Amino acid sequence: MLVMPTSRNHLMLRRQRRRRLPLTMLKIKTPKTQRAKREVEKRAPKLVESGKKTLILHGTKTSDVLNTVLTQIYHLKRDNAVKYTKKNENIRPFESGGETSLEFFSLKTDCSLFVFGSHSKKRPNNLVLGRMFDHHIYDLVEVGVDNFRPMESFEYDKKLTPRIGSKPFFAFVGEGFESVEELKHLKEVLLDLFRGEVVENLNLAGIDHVFVCTALSSSTVFFTHCALRLKRSGTAIPRMELVEVGPSMDLVVRRHRLPNDSLKKEAMKTTNGQPKKKIKNVSSDVLQGKIGKIYIPDQKVGGIALSNDVKGLKRERREARKTKVVGENEAKKRKTASK
Amino acid sequence: MDLGNLMASDPTHHFESVPSSRFELTRACLEKGTELVQAIANAVFALPSTDDPDGPIVRLPPPTTTLPREKHLPKPKPPTKWELFAKMKGINKHKKDKRVFDEQTGTWKRRHGYDRVNDDKDIPIIEAKLSDEPGEDPFSKRKAEKKQRVEKQEKNRLQNLKQAAKAGALPSHVQLAATALPITGTLGEAPKKASKEELQNVAGMAATATASGGKFDKKLPGEKLAKHAGKYRKFLPVVEGKGMSSQEKQQTAKILDQLMSKSCHGMLDVNKAVTMFNVKKEKQRKKEKEHKTSSAASKLKPKKKSLKKSSKKKH
Repeated sequence: MLVMPTSRNHLMLRRQRRRRLPLTMLKIKTPKTQRAKREVEKRAPKLVESGKKTLILHGTKTSDVLNTVLTQIYHLKRDNAVKYTKKNENIRPFESGGETSLEFFSLKTDCSLFVFGSHSKKRPNNLVLGRMFDHHIYDLVEVGVDNFRPMESFEYDKKLTPRIGSKPFFAFVGEGFESVEELKHLKEVLLDLFRGEVVENLNLAGIDHVFVCTALSSSTVFFTHCALRLKRSGTAIPRMELVEVGPSMDLVVRRHRLPNDSLKKEAMKTTNGQPKKKIKNVSSDVLQGKIGKIYIPDQKVGGIALSNDVKGLKRERREARKTKVVGENEAKKRKTASK
Repeated sequence: MDLGNLMASDPTHHFESVPSSRFELTRACLEKGTELVQAIANAVFALPSTDDPDGPIVRLPPPTTTLPREKHLPKPKPPTKWELFAKMKGINKHKKDKRVFDEQTGTWKRRHGYDRVNDDKDIPIIEAKLSDEPGEDPFSKRKAEKKQRVEKQEKNRLQNLKQAAKAGALPSHVQLAATALPITGTLGEAPKKASKEELQNVAGMAATATASGGKFDKKLPGEKLAKHAGKYRKFLPVVEGKGMSSQEKQQTAKILDQLMSKSCHGMLDVNKAVTMFNVKKEKQRKKEKEHKTSSAASKLKPKKKSLKKSSKKKH
């Protein structure tokens, strides 16, 4: 399109050139595909959170035992865990600079729990269980693994194997879990790790397994995983029977780091105080189930013009054509008749 | 007991002596575990259940042990500039129909998209107004106006997003990325364009990075020689000629003098002081002579600009 070069056009051009380099330039980046947008929205902070994902990885040196421990934990949490196979040299969770890699991985995989295994002479079979808040380290518990027995070493009826994703029971035995700070912390972390999603409705037929933790002393916890067999009893409530199924190990608490107070306060904020949004217009009936009302405003039938894609027009046109033809014939007849 | 998490803990249990054998230990632990699990199961099964084809479903109470969140609570978005304005003026949002009746064609058209109502491009004739200049193209003017409006809207949108980002409530699918670093200081304007001379010198400057200082590089047609071709070091002759004072001695003496003069502050350089004094005196004498023999010719003489630094300082 031709643009006549007048004085005004020149001015506009000059103004544009000057505007081309502002001091700070920000660009709005949005995901270009719907799929990417959905992924990003999944990772956004929500009011009510769904289950946390776990990241399982190991450091420079791992022992045989530790490798098995990590794989078995991964199998226990198959749906919502990510296992890294490479060794990571620069991750040292308890040192101030050694957590950047962990935080980066947490950001990329959207995992807020991690299990980091390493083996050294000073700390053999070391597991660091940690949590993240906003992809920064929240708290850590360092635990040593003793007397590990893998899942394969247990013999049981194969029908009892717990299924992946079923909600587990927890049993914490021992006064240490209330009195000793480290064990309290470990209890919280274990609960968080193996809990799965927080659900409102539980299917009673799907009760499968239980994690039993016993405080043997002020620093050791005997951890085991058992399947549940529901036996018929006289009452409506079945009798529980525990059958040892999963990995069992002794956890020796070595170090732990609690979150600082401000971070803790920030992370513990809930929305319990605020009133929930009321869903209007929905009610439930015993016979019909969930019912809702749809309100349609009055249609101004006379006012709207006819749209192109109304099928009813066909019949009208057809009839109109018929009457026209009939009318013409009649007119012809009349003409001929008059002649 | 925490029903929401299906957790039970027994704080009263106490191992007086840890059983020595592993088997005994596991047995004791499982016993205690069974007790606890039975307790939870009793409570859970006691809850009201609804029937489902998969099995009875109970509604669990919310968990009592609070565990920390994974991410921070989402912050409410601050209202945009338009929203504030609308609230102040009392303008309410009205839902718009997807199909709108187009007066021009007399058909129903969609509001946005292909073949839309009131499209800017579809106007066939624009009537000329008295205020229009004869040489102006109204169609391109409309186009330019629309472009400006769109740019303004983008700028406003960016400002709103920046405000939201400041409050920590940026929408999750939006990221603000800096495309250029902020430039501060007096050089904040457009980068200086290289002049013709600078560009001509660039090749020469780059050539000095070679071992031979760019002396033997092939020259392009039209390229001028570098100002200082070759290397900058000067080596003294190995064998000294007769009659010359030792150049090496001169070189070292020069360096020494410079060093000494720099280090001794305040001490008078006699030679320099003497020459300065003499020069000043001569000038004074010249001036006096001029004043004595002042004539019209001398007055009309153009004032000689003195090239000395001291004279500049006075001005």
